[in-house]
Amino acid sequence: MLAITVNGDTKRIPDTVSLADFLIDLGLDPKKVAIERNLEIVPKSTYACVDLVEGDTLEIVHFIGGG
Amino acid sequence: MANTNDTWKLAGKDYSSRLIVGTGKYKDFEQTAAAVAASGAEIVTVAVRRVNVTDPSQPMLVDYLDPKKITYLPNTAGCFDAQSAMRTLRLAREAGGWDLVKLEVLGDQRTLYPNMPETFVAVKELVKEGFKVMVYCNDDPIAAKTLEDMGCVSVMPLGGPIGSGLGIQNPVQIRLIIEQASVPILVDAGVGTASDATIAMELGCDGVLMNTAIAGAKDPVKMAAAMRLAVESGRLSYQAGRMPKKLYADPSSPLSGLI
Repeated sequence: MLAITVNGDTKRIPDTVSLADFLIDLGLDPKKVAIERNLEIVPKSTYACVDLVEGDTLEIVHFIGGG
Repeated sequence: MANTNDTWKLAGKDYSSRLIVGTGKYKDFEQTAAAVAASGAEIVTVAVRRVNVTDPSQPMLVDYLDPKKITYLPNTAGCFDAQSAMRTLRLAREAGGWDLVKLEVLGDQRTLYPNMPETFVAVKELVKEGFKVMVYCNDDPIAAKTLEDMGCVSVMPLGGPIGSGLGIQNPVQIRLIIEQASVPILVDAGVGTASDATIAMELGCDGVLMNTAIAGAKDPVKMAAAMRLAVESGRLSYQAGRMPKKLYADPSSPLSGLI
């Protein structure tokens, strides 16, 4: 298992999991979110090729109501 | 009389509605969607926040307001420095795939007044990165001109503090900014009721941006409709050109032929 930080909380995930698979596990539609990994934007087109590693810090955001 | 041919151009695209509305502070997404529809807005502002990863089945704004039909304008509300604002907008661009953004870098919690030094830093970098920046700023004509010269696609001075509903506190400043501008000028923040929106438009603004004036009304959907009419009314009034003010009375009926 690996430990990563997702939106400020620690999560344990299987050793080899791509970002695309991780989103599916979370139940999130990749079209509706944007992801920053270790302060770098991850382009949507590359989610399947990004393998998460120990210590990764992810920010997963979406649009909400705001003024 | 609808002013059907009176469009305005923002970052190369024509819009007919001059009212941009925020999507925050509503009771639920149904009310948000109903108010946006009643306002006739073609552009809505949205915030960028963390997804609730523990409950991803929660409804999302995009399920209620279709980004293919209405222009989403991501904002940087809550950012107090250039770095966090730029980070937010880079994420927004990746989330939505569009370059048009609203930059607001705030100075402090009490006034939510713009932090201009940080705003300039962010504008410089964002323009370089290809963003089309609509910028919330103070009502200083020199700052507004500088932001335009730096490449902002729209300059949006505040008419009053964000969420205050105090109305347009600075008509002279707003007019000075409008007179010298060659990009659209929108009053952003301060509008409290329909007449405030009309006053902003009568000054010659290209449009008005508001959130709390609608969401904070007792009946937000009805107020959204009122704002639509108020903005249209103010625009028509500006185009019509008001009568000169006089110090004394001037009878409306002819004096000749009096019995």
